[in-house]
Amino acid sequence: MATDPKQAQTSGCEGCALLSGSPPADCSSGGCTGAKPNEPAGGRGPLLMALALAALLTALLAGAAIMLLRAAGVAHADTVAPRIVTAHVAPPDAIALRFSVLPGDLSPSNFRITPADAPDLPIPIVAVEPGEGGRVQVRVGASLSRQEGYRVSVRDPALDWEVRPSQWSVLLGIFLASALIQNFVFTRYLGLCIFFGVSKRRDTSLGMGVTFTAVMVLNGMVAWAIDTFVLRPLDLGFLQVLVFIGTVAFMVQFLDTMLRKTHASLHQRFGLYLMLITTNCIILAVPLLNAQAASGPLESFMLAIGSGLGFALALFLMSCARERAELARVPRPFQGLPIAFALAGLFALAFMGFSGLDFFR
Amino acid sequence: MNPEPVAGARPATPSPIELIRNGIFAENPVFKLALSLCPAVAVTTTVLNGLIMGVAVLAVQVLSSVTVAIAKDLIHPKVRIPVYTIIIAVWVSAIDMVMAAFAPALYAQVGLYIKLIVAFAIIISRLEVFASRHPVWPSFWDGFGMGLGFLLALLAIGVVRELLGAGSIAGVSIVPFKPLLFFALPAGGFFTIALLMALFNAIELRRSGGRMHSSMESGHGH
Repeated sequence: MATDPKQAQTSGCEGCALLSGSPPADCSSGGCTGAKPNEPAGGRGPLLMALALAALLTALLAGAAIMLLRAAGVAHADTVAPRIVTAHVAPPDAIALRFSVLPGDLSPSNFRITPADAPDLPIPIVAVEPGEGGRVQVRVGASLSRQEGYRVSVRDPALDWEVRPSQWSVLLGIFLASALIQNFVFTRYLGLCIFFGVSKRRDTSLGMGVTFTAVMVLNGMVAWAIDTFVLRPLDLGFLQVLVFIGTVAFMVQFLDTMLRKTHASLHQRFGLYLMLITTNCIILAVPLLNAQAASGPLESFMLAIGSGLGFALALFLMSCARERAELARVPRPFQGLPIAFALAGLFALAFMGFSGLDFFR
Repeated sequence: MNPEPVAGARPATPSPIELIRNGIFAENPVFKLALSLCPAVAVTTTVLNGLIMGVAVLAVQVLSSVTVAIAKDLIHPKVRIPVYTIIIAVWVSAIDMVMAAFAPALYAQVGLYIKLIVAFAIIISRLEVFASRHPVWPSFWDGFGMGLGFLLALLAIGVVRELLGAGSIAGVSIVPFKPLLFFALPAGGFFTIALLMALFNAIELRRSGGRMHSSMESGHGH
């Protein structure tokens, strides 16, 4: 049944081809061929105009034909059997379905919802609420996310539909999650050593943040390529750590040399940070997380740039706070690192507020 | 990389007991040197997680210290840091696979951080400061002491956080409620370390009559 809309679409396209096919045929057989010899050599303008108009008309007609055919298809299907027209996640805990006509059995046991990547783990359905115009809300006992894929199936009549997240929402979701919700410093505790080391002054922290983001993105992409094209096909997953740390070391050395030879002033500003990066867990974590999730190139890129910017943000916020803390009268046992940790704790508390962040609600 | 040039001031071959005490108290990696803090906060929500992480670090530290002490004459000084990194990476991969095989449930929670041991400053700094200049046996005890200091620090943080956050220790319920759930959250980890560090500092301040340990004041990280 899932093929039904596709059928409607293909039939619509056939209609469009038919419609668009006829006017040029007319033209070649009749007016156009006759008119061509009479046209002056320079008079291309009116001909082009006519062609453009014809194309526009064809497109309009084709569009109308598709709409008509779709409507006809829906009307036709209405009389035959119910099928799913659209389905989307209605957060927090429901999937909204639209049927061409409501199926007879609307009990929860007639529906089945699973995550797209785990078809054997059905999500328990709490209630099925019919609405107007074939709309049905299927409530489940878990929270659903628009960034996840789900498979909806109906037992009687046998229907199947996959709710796919849109690519953009997934990418933006990864970016937001890595920058704010799962901030590397405040919720994943990565890169703490360097975080406390360089967050004492605002300008150093900015330089560090920029350098880190750049290296993270570059290294993330290189590591992704190595993982996808070398390690995975050859089944060398156990070499991950060794290969990734080698990539980081190579990357840093390469960038250092390149910068020194080509942009000496940049190297003077950022060279020191570059060398600090080699033994830093935050750089290594990006490829490891990507490899764990087996993500594609765009996802890897988003994770790398999101975590880089998140780290830069954390560094900048922390350096602002620490510059203030230096002026404050801190009890002696708390001076230095302990107060920095307490500050980081406060920031972490604030970042917890991002945990419910969802742009696609 | 390492803040204090202690290695030169030390007698040539300190006794194992001195080395272990040095690792646990005088140069405790977490509370004194403020090195390798990432896992100290990340995995210490429960005592067991802290324990498995500490054991992994202890094993990697000892094994790489010994490896470097054995191979130190073969390593050219100019490429020593990359070579150390590779030695550590090899041992981390080995420990990683052992843990994944023998403690899969715990490994699922701390797996990423075990892989990240490879980037721990404490390990490479001990290789640089100690193992590359001393024979095998003292290097073993130095690595053991440092690893033990790290393990104990993780356990201390883990005990505080699990007791306050979940009301239990190592999964055994101590109080029937959750006293301060906050401590099990990410932010609580930072506060626990802040409080424990301040406690260490306060004890030291009292014992030394108001003189602060210099490394604390500067807050050098890495």
